[in-house]
Amino acid sequence: MKYHAEVTIGLKSGMLDPEATTIKKALEHLGFPTDSLEMQKCFVLELDASSRDEAKSRVDEMCRRLLANPVIHNFDIEIEESG
Amino acid sequence: MKIAVLQFGGSNCDYDVQYVLTEVVGVDAELVWYKDELKGYDGVVVPGGFSYGDYLRAGAIAARAPIMNSVRKMADKGLPVVGICNGFQILVESGLLPGALMTNRYPKFRCDRVNLRVDNNTSPFTNSFKKGQVIRIPIAHMEGNYFAQEHTLSELNSQERIAFRYVDEQGNATSEANPNGSSENIAGILNEQGNILGMMPHPERASENILGSKDGKKIFDSMVEYISSF
Repeated sequence: MKYHAEVTIGLKSGMLDPEATTIKKALEHLGFPTDSLEMQKCFVLELDASSRDEAKSRVDEMCRRLLANPVIHNFDIEIEESG
Repeated sequence: MKIAVLQFGGSNCDYDVQYVLTEVVGVDAELVWYKDELKGYDGVVVPGGFSYGDYLRAGAIAARAPIMNSVRKMADKGLPVVGICNGFQILVESGLLPGALMTNRYPKFRCDRVNLRVDNNTSPFTNSFKKGQVIRIPIAHMEGNYFAQEHTLSELNSQERIAFRYVDEQGNATSEANPNGSSENIAGILNEQGNILGMMPHPERASENILGSKDGKKIFDSMVEYISSF
């Protein structure tokens, strides 16, 4: 079975993100003040797995071993059957 | 005695480190491409640069290269491993050292000479310094903001594993002397056994008088001495 996974990775709450802070300020200069702005990375992948649970656990391991750095990141995984 | 200087795609301080080890310190040092076998070496330097273009996170891709398993095995035997700048980033990404190196608090590439205070002078890399001595070694990085969770920081402190801190000329760890926002002005840390050092400043760029400082050479000298007595 083919699965479509979307992984969203962001910094844990309260951690400083200078890039996001700079973008927030630039939006303010354009007249768009915001209360907060966070940047996240999104990975979109297709994979084969025997079940949804297996797909989820493999993507979870990918996050722990490479895609995210557990010291600084939280991650979220959405999985659906594809094709 | 033979020291390995690892090379990944995008390493760029590899030749500088090899030059300092062979020509200045006077020890055999070979460049080892990450796909080659790491065998017969007595120590490892993971040099600076921009391995894999800093893709994903600085050091993240190189940290997962199989050669890092060999580095881990050498470290487990007690052999010395030092990671400089991107090499430090690779060591934290590989889990050989705790914490993470994040974008500088003021998000700019900092290339400067900084003062460091030697807070641990018992490791194989720092034992020729006096405790509290202020040394001068350059930095050149964008992701050098050392972060670790509270419990990790207190462990590093209580086990005297903070090798170097950014300080002013008097040796005070002030926020003005902190070039990148690192927690507790941390510039370099050791593993629990003390045989792995990771540091953002570049000792290979401070190993000859012509470069303005020879303080960095002492780190390599000490490492070589440690290997000799191993």
